[in-house]
Amino acid sequence: MSDVVTLAHGAGGKASRRLVEDLFLDELRNPLLEPLSDAALVSANGTRLAFTTDAYVVRPLVFPGGDIGELAVNGTVNDLAVSGAQPLALTAGFVIEEGFPLDELRALTHSAAAAAKAAGVSVAAGDTKVVERGAADGLYVTTAGIGLLDPRVDLSPARVRPGDVVIVSGAIAEHGIAVMLARGDLRLELDVVSDTAPLHREAGALCALGPQLRWMRDPTRGGLATTLNELVSGCGASVALQETAIPVREDVRAACELLGIDPLYVANEGKLVAVVAPGSAGIALEALGPEAAVIGEVRADDVPMVLCETPFGGSRIVDMLVGDPLPRIC
Amino acid sequence: MKYTDEYRDPAAVAALAAGLHFDRHVKLMEVCGGHTHAIYRHGLDALLPDEIELVHGPGCPVCVIPMGRVDDAISIAERPEVIFTSFGDMLRVPGGRRRSLLEAKARGADVRIVYSPLDALDVARAHPGREVVFFGVGFETTAPATAVTLLRARTLGVRNFSVFCNHVLIAPALRAILDTPDTEIDGFVGPGHVSTVIGTSPYEFVAREYGRPVVVAGFEPTDILQAVALLVRQLREGRAEVENQYGRVVRDEGNPAALAALEYVFQVRDDFEWRGLGAIPHSGYRIADELGDWDAERRFEVPGARIEDPKACRCGDVLRGMAKPYECGVFGTACTPEKPLGTCMVSSEGACAAYYAYGRHRVAV
Repeated sequence: MSDVVTLAHGAGGKASRRLVEDLFLDELRNPLLEPLSDAALVSANGTRLAFTTDAYVVRPLVFPGGDIGELAVNGTVNDLAVSGAQPLALTAGFVIEEGFPLDELRALTHSAAAAAKAAGVSVAAGDTKVVERGAADGLYVTTAGIGLLDPRVDLSPARVRPGDVVIVSGAIAEHGIAVMLARGDLRLELDVVSDTAPLHREAGALCALGPQLRWMRDPTRGGLATTLNELVSGCGASVALQETAIPVREDVRAACELLGIDPLYVANEGKLVAVVAPGSAGIALEALGPEAAVIGEVRADDVPMVLCETPFGGSRIVDMLVGDPLPRIC
Repeated sequence: MKYTDEYRDPAAVAALAAGLHFDRHVKLMEVCGGHTHAIYRHGLDALLPDEIELVHGPGCPVCVIPMGRVDDAISIAERPEVIFTSFGDMLRVPGGRRRSLLEAKARGADVRIVYSPLDALDVARAHPGREVVFFGVGFETTAPATAVTLLRARTLGVRNFSVFCNHVLIAPALRAILDTPDTEIDGFVGPGHVSTVIGTSPYEFVAREYGRPVVVAGFEPTDILQAVALLVRQLREGRAEVENQYGRVVRDEGNPAALAALEYVFQVRDDFEWRGLGAIPHSGYRIADELGDWDAERRFEVPGARIEDPKACRCGDVLRGMAKPYECGVFGTACTPEKPLGTCMVSSEGACAAYYAYGRHRVAV
């Protein structure tokens, strides 16, 4: 690790993982934190709860398809939902830069409220801090949430078995590309909108599979590739993806192609990836809707890894992201 | 996706691959990092018969920048008045003390990623009180954009803008590789993008003087396999010629407007040091005297130190096609994409990074 924090530590890939494991987990180590999953699983008086938190620093604050208010609610709702929990309540913290227009703050808060309503959850507590100009890039938001764990499921990478099927709930890479385009640095004119959306319904529907549902995540920062690598390191088996089966919208694919970015590494904010028992794939697809697809399977392997089989009969290994997915230069 | 799907048709790829065979072992070098990347991304190496081996050339512009030049860039970037702009790939390249521009940024240097030198010029116009420097890297592919930007800076009278020029030329690098004793390369898959600018004639010497065929190729799976097929056919028929597989993009004469801009804006340096390959005569551009006011090397004092490549790192052998990345002792251990020792590990187009990212380290070792 370098002796200062660089942007690579925040990109969700290997450097982030190192920072979390070598520094935060090292200092804070406890059984609740140790699994490093989307939410901690807490038991209180026999009730099993999921508990999570997330910080939002997106730039720009408003982007096609959403804004930081909606994102902050959906992100935490989703961390709970993919842990197999019904979201109960959220908290929200606003770190606001001096000079921030009140009408913009109201609009973003309004949007957070609408997202909470759509997800059937209330923002039950909050905090506000104002910092000097230049200290917060406009607005940062943190949210935390608790949810009631569905007693029908016990989700964990350890429950994933060779032969299980990997399913994604819809087309990938839309949020990351939408935000990248909205920054305006690229001067590409494409109509890509963020997929930010709550996943509690989809996740809830999959929970009906009971023990046939092994594991779920929402592949945000670092994309599907990073999430599946985390699965692989936790389950001790390989994941083999079929490249042609992974849904990617045509314009997103074009943008990725132009920028030299693999859509597998681009963030999503309204998609889930699930592993289900082989016999349950059909029911799972039906529960998730027409955009969902089986994208691969779990295989026994001496060296667990994420593989992607190309349409040409070759394959490549999909490693964890290193640093930001910076566009290549030629 | 239109205009690419037709070059990614699995049936066409399978048919091309099925036709590839030779009666002896041949080593073909894909010169361009874009080809290396495409070969691994699509798993094309697995489709070749054992006797046809692809090795990776020096065509990753990030990989060939020596550490001393990175230190020079960092020293410019650390000046308080400077906004240092660069393509993203260069930010993680380690300099002499394994420090990168990304770390300089974390320590307070104002380093910004741009996607085009013209964006850097816009930064300069938006910050008239600051010195904006663009890190010019790349082959003849990216050099014309830098040239046009310099001309535009002069036309607009933007005085607070300059370029730290590290542009390099592909043909002298090929000659350096061919002049290496024991070179075993039988033919070259020529770079597609560079050739859109320089055309195909600069490769004629490879065929004429060294008797090796060159096929300029595009970047899609059918392009690359077709280029391999054309090279194999030349070898089989005992020919050594320059052929153009990428005719839909590359004209034999190149792009005259871009060439004219290069000619006007740059002078060829007597020599330029390449990471891993050492100093190669006439292989780099400097900014011509006409535009000397916009040359960062003349505007700022830089250490200009020459730093030896780390002894353990075999980047030079990899760039010459004499070693596979996994044959280097530090590959995947002391040298990983997270903490690269050699620059072949930095850019996604670098041979080592491509091997590592696409898992050849696990398969091959």
